[in-house]
Order: sequence, then structure tokens, then C-alpha cells
Amino acid sequence: MLPTPSTSHVCFDRVYEPAEDSYLLLDTLSSPSETSFLQDRFKHANSSPPLVLEVGVGSGVVLAFVAANTQSIFGRQDTLTLGTDINSFACRAASQTVRDAIKERENGRSVFLDVVNGDLGSAIRPHSIDVFIFNPPYVPAELPDLSRHEYYNTIAEGKKATSFQQDSYLLQLSYAGGEDGMVVTNRMLEQVPEILSDERGVAYVLLCAQNKPEVVKARIRDWGSGWNAETVGSSGNKAGWEKLVIVRIWKSAD
Amino acid sequence: MKLLTLNFLTCAIKTCKTNPASFPLHPRDAELEIQEADLNLTFLKNILPRLMWEELRVISSELGLPELPATPPAPADLVEPSNTPLDTAEVTLAEGGAEAQEVEETPSQTAKDLHRILLETCIQEGKLVCGSCGHEYAVKEGVANFLLPGHLV
Repeated sequence: MLPTPSTSHVCFDRVYEPAEDSYLLLDTLSSPSETSFLQDRFKHANSSPPLVLEVGVGSGVVLAFVAANTQSIFGRQDTLTLGTDINSFACRAASQTVRDAIKERENGRSVFLDVVNGDLGSAIRPHSIDVFIFNPPYVPAELPDLSRHEYYNTIAEGKKATSFQQDSYLLQLSYAGGEDGMVVTNRMLEQVPEILSDERGVAYVLLCAQNKPEVVKARIRDWGSGWNAETVGSSGNKAGWEKLVIVRIWKSAD
Repeated sequence: MKLLTLNFLTCAIKTCKTNPASFPLHPRDAELEIQEADLNLTFLKNILPRLMWEELRVISSELGLPELPATPPAPADLVEPSNTPLDTAEVTLAEGGAEAQEVEETPSQTAKDLHRILLETCIQEGKLVCGSCGHEYAVKEGVANFLLPGHLV
């Protein structure tokens, strides 16, 4: 078992706390089948360093795990990590999580870029991402009003902290996914072929049973020739209403 | 925010993506800060082909930093030349072979300069401006904000 990065500095009143979904991503990315897949794709010593992007980093626990365990996962120590989040407080917290996790390593320190405040992958240069990771807001619940992010992302003048109202809005952003819990994920999936690198891009997206993973996978395979979507991780909790899966999306060379 | 991050970002407005002028974003009124980081020589050698060198030169000159050479360094330029294969062989012998692994290479001044510009020179405050639509993205406390006002989404 690879160590889980510390998130003890993160304020969970307004940033999503690592939970079963986060840990399923850690387990899947470090599972023998995925590390072997990723090493086949990225291990070549003199190839350019893989750029890992996580959208919606929250506490940063997943990105920090990848950054700190890059030797075990990719078989190389020059991996680049980049994150985005719509919650500005999450951006700062996650940066610290990743920096601390890398610092703890005696050797094999990978290269962390930044966490930028943004809407999904909208500011990412096309075809620059090698590994894309997304733990979306997947719960079927009403979406908050996305246009008010500026108010919610800023501590009001004269105040020391965010208000309760701001905090609940920020947490809502981290889990509420609209109809079928798929509204945000669908917007993100639209961007995936644009941001992934043509030759070796691969995406890991978490879905819950209510997101209808089989339908989502079929739709991805319809993107065009070469596109694949397979379930590569599962919480296996069939009795729970929130059965989670990780879908790997990639394009095979024809 | 590190300057290398700018190598992977563009304007967030959809219609700008197809316009080459949307990359790179241009720093304006930037306050820089040096944040020391470990130098990873393997990384520097391997990242060279991914660097948009011309764009990096533009950003660097806009920030008033020393001018970068017209062409990117080659991987060999990043290693201190005294570290020849001959030396490596001698060291290996001296240390008795089996235990002595690959001798660690010493980063050259070129490597240190590249490391400083890519990973240690950070924009703490300022703006990033799109060369296509002119939209300004704020950088505050080192975090760039690419969220668009409602009417631009």
C-alpha cells in the first residue's frame, strides 16, 4: 500500500473532504493492472515527461498521491502534475497538499506545476494532457448557480473567513451533478478529446451507478474509431446506493 | 504560478482556441517571486522537446528577465562537461564496481538557469492577457483565475 497524502491542513467546511470516491481513485491508479498499463505507455526513459491533469482537485489528495508515487505508478520520476478547481480555496489547499506530499519523499521527487482556478479544463492548451483524472460532482442534485463564483470564491471585505452560505455553495459545487448527476461530467467529457494528447493521452473518470456508466462508456466508444472506455476500478459495494466505478478512456493507435 | 505552467494554458474563451494568438498568455503588471525548488535534471532534459521555446522567450522578455538564447539548449548542454564517461569509469573502478551505480550527473549553469526560469520564477500578482481577445485573467497570491464572467461562458 502506498501512503495516502496528508490533508490535515485543509478546511473541510468549504473544500471536499477525501472520501470513498477519492480512495477508489488512489487504489485504481496504483493497482497492478493500471500501473502496468501506464508504464507501458510512459516508461520509456527518454520520452517527454507525462503531464498529469486533475480537474476538480478539492483537497488535492489524488493529485498529491500521483505526484508522490510517480515512480511506482509511471516507472519514472519526472512526471509533471497540474490541477484545476472552481473553488479558489481548494486551489490553495490542494497546492499545499501536493507540495507537502512531494517534500516527504527522500528521493524520486516529481515536478508539481500549479493548481489554477478555473472551470473544468477550459484554460488547458489543446492536446497537452497525457493523463487526465476527474472525480466529478456526480450526485443527482440541483446544480448551484455557476455564474456567482466570484462572490463565493472571495472572502468579503472586513471579514476574516467565508460565510456559512459561501461554504455550503462551495461544497455543493463539489458534489451536485444535476440531472442523473451527469451535467458537469458531460461538459467535461466534451473537452476530453480536445485536451488529451493525440499519441498517448488517457483519462480516468469516476462515475456512480446512477450516472449509468454503461451508457456513458457506449457513448465514448462512439466518439470515433480507436476510442476505448473500460471499467478499471470498482468500489464493489453492490448493496450501497452509491456504487462507484472508475472508467479509463483512451485512444488506441489504429 | 510557475512560468512552465504557462506552457500548458490558453485563453478560456472557446472561440479563442483556434486563434494562434491565444497562446501564450501574456503576463502584465506581474510581481515575480523566486520560490526555490529541487532541480530534477532528468526532468529538464526530457521536458526540452515539450517546451514552446519561442513563446517562452516572449514571456521572459515581457517580464523583463534576461534574454533567452534563440534556440533551446540540447540535453547535453544541461550536464557539467567535466562529467565525461571516462571519469565515470574511474569512479566505478575506485568504488569497487557492483555498489557504484550510475554516477550522478552535475547540472550545468545552463540547467540551473533553465530550472530557475521554468520552475522557480513565479508570478505572484498580476494579469495574464489573451493575445486574441484581450481578456485579462487575474493572478492573486500565486493562483491564476480563469473563471469567466457569466456573459462570456
